[in-house]
Amino acid sequence: MSTPTAIPFAYILRNLWTRRLTTALTAGGLALVVFVFAAVLMLDAGLKQTLVTTGELDNAVAIRKGAETEIQSGISRMQASVIETHPAVATGADGRRLVSKEAVVLISLKKNGAEKPSNIVIRGISELGIDLRPQIKLVAGRRFKMGSSEIIVGSSIAKGFEGVAIGNTLRFAQHDWTVVGIFDAGGSGFDSEIWGDADQLLQSFRRSAYSSMVVKLTNADAFDRFRADIDTDPRLTNEVKREQTFYSDQSKALSTFITILGMTLTVIFSVGAMIGAMITMYASVASRVGEIGTLRALGFRRSSVLYAFVAEALMLGLVGGLIGLAFASLMQFASFSTTNFQTFADLSFRFTLTAGIVTKTLLFALGMGLIGGFLPAMRAARMNIVDSLRAA
Amino acid sequence: MFILNLIFRNAFRHRLRTLLTVVGLMIAVLAFGLLRTVVDAWYAGAAASSSTRLVTRSAISLTFFLPVSYGSRIRGLEGVKTVAWSNWFGGVYQEPKNFFPQFAVSENYMDLYPEFILSDEDRQAWLRDRKGVLVGRQLADQFGFKVGDALPIRGTIYAGNWEFTVRGIFDGIDDTKVTRQMMFHWSYLDETVRKVSPRRAGYTGVYVIGIDSMDNAAVISRNVDALFANSLAETLNETEQAFQLGFVAMSDQIIAAIRIVSYVVILIIMAVMANTMAMSARERNAEYATMKALGFGPGFLALLIFGESLLIAIIGGGLGIALTAPAAEAFKSVAGIFPIFSVSNDTIVIQVACSLGVALIAAVVPAIRASRVKIVDGLRAIG
Repeated sequence: MSTPTAIPFAYILRNLWTRRLTTALTAGGLALVVFVFAAVLMLDAGLKQTLVTTGELDNAVAIRKGAETEIQSGISRMQASVIETHPAVATGADGRRLVSKEAVVLISLKKNGAEKPSNIVIRGISELGIDLRPQIKLVAGRRFKMGSSEIIVGSSIAKGFEGVAIGNTLRFAQHDWTVVGIFDAGGSGFDSEIWGDADQLLQSFRRSAYSSMVVKLTNADAFDRFRADIDTDPRLTNEVKREQTFYSDQSKALSTFITILGMTLTVIFSVGAMIGAMITMYASVASRVGEIGTLRALGFRRSSVLYAFVAEALMLGLVGGLIGLAFASLMQFASFSTTNFQTFADLSFRFTLTAGIVTKTLLFALGMGLIGGFLPAMRAARMNIVDSLRAA
Repeated sequence: MFILNLIFRNAFRHRLRTLLTVVGLMIAVLAFGLLRTVVDAWYAGAAASSSTRLVTRSAISLTFFLPVSYGSRIRGLEGVKTVAWSNWFGGVYQEPKNFFPQFAVSENYMDLYPEFILSDEDRQAWLRDRKGVLVGRQLADQFGFKVGDALPIRGTIYAGNWEFTVRGIFDGIDDTKVTRQMMFHWSYLDETVRKVSPRRAGYTGVYVIGIDSMDNAAVISRNVDALFANSLAETLNETEQAFQLGFVAMSDQIIAAIRIVSYVVILIIMAVMANTMAMSARERNAEYATMKALGFGPGFLALLIFGESLLIAIIGGGLGIALTAPAAEAFKSVAGIFPIFSVSNDTIVIQVACSLGVALIAAVVPAIRASRVKIVDGLRAIG
């Protein structure tokens, strides 16, 4: 008689199917944990993507030394012109330097249905400000005219805030500002901003200095020299950063906060779900003592029994993981908006599902199944043939 | 007595399973309690604010300043008792993760806050030292600040390295007051700013107004805003509580997410508990049939199952609730971001309700099944 080596996979699946209620409850518990786990990762990925796409690789931002955000920063007109003339700054076809001197201030605006206003970034830009950011596309209306009190609003603002439809006016700094267009910034941080003419804004806010300055470099490699020169120029108290680094640095605190909070929760929750899996698997083993004895008597090895129960637990984890992931993927249609602690301004971002997150989530679900199922499977594998047959 | 005995023995028949369920419930109830406490901590500032204080800020947003000359004009309004001002400094102590609020305040600022207790000696010492600072007890404990210590801060909004000396430590009048903050002289900030960029001198972030009675809050708010309407710096006046709630509202989606997630953990444990009860009841089908044959009614069987479920929930939930307060205490000292982190009575009530709810819902299906079991089928199951 030949010795069977592996217990058929169908046997494992049918075991799960026979105890449908228990399987559903356990997988449901696992699915909820997986959902929370995946949602947190997606939120963090969305936040990072939003802020990384906010910057162009060959753009650099100049701010005042020591300032962490544009709101805190200040660049005098004299400093701005010194930076503008640096040889690393690219020149356009018409011979003008590709720079945008920007004024960044916060105003309060009410979100749809909210009682309390949120802080919104108003960014005043130079004429080339839009062209320096190729991800900006006008989706409705037109660009604002330089020298007028016209503004255009980002797509997240247009969706999430009151009174910003084209043709409406916003009143701040003793002026009425007319909304003439809506732009889409490809899911970047600019979607949560309102743009206008820098000089108009500075005048109404009674300010003389710009907040920051964006320059396009002749090529991305020119950055190191540019930075070193600005750093050592005695006329300047500024520093420059790559646009991408600058914006992603601004999300560090929020990103850390979301990750720590989310991971703490997932760890605690997963303990609950693993206990659920363990209870199920122990019960599954206990109710099949006779069966296990029979399998062993038929010639299946201890390792085969161990494998069968571990596989059953893994399947449980996989089912939970797939259900959880399916619900989490629906979250991609939702967006999330909150105040970034560092910039003090409202930022809207999406839940983003990436291949990496799918892999991590499924591994996490399988891991929970494995940890929950291993001890019960060991118990099954260790059973004595005679005793277990007698117990039946 | 008989039924209690039976419930008790049933519950501990599968020791391992019961133990696991109890541990799961304990963790879930504990996690739920901590999450609720995190949400409460967010509102701590608003909850501790006084209704006889108003906050005046620039109508544009908090990042715009008001001329310090507004102080005397506000003081002239009827019903206004004290006018103080404060300015957010936003500096970094050693490294950014050591964040705590720093305010440049007018000399009379502490008069508006009777909930902060500062000895006369410390107050005089602070008033005498231009670079002196007052720190709250929670902040002093966190970083080990003592009176006389040097306190260097790197400015982000106001560039440069600022050297301060701790001149006094103030206490909160009770546990609900946030004393994780630092105050220094606005006049020192202003003098320094005047040297570097004269255009920025003479401004402050917000005015805090002490009023005679909370009934006049609305009228005084309107009067202040009317006083500066159509000026270069229009104002927005609100009660201190509304002002604080404005900050909470900025993170409202995070708070909402935490709230939802806190109930998700209850759902998870409900699934685990329902599973435990369903398995136990299924294994005992033959027993239930026997008991029915002996003359026990379906109600009695249902009672047995509900009783067992409740017993497990009371043990697990009770342990979880008992552990919440010490865990909150530990979390507070580790995380350090929430100065007020204490478990409210509401939280405990909801924890109890959730434990009982989980127990009852988990027992519904098994109880119905057990009460419907046909004697013949149940007994045959032994076969």
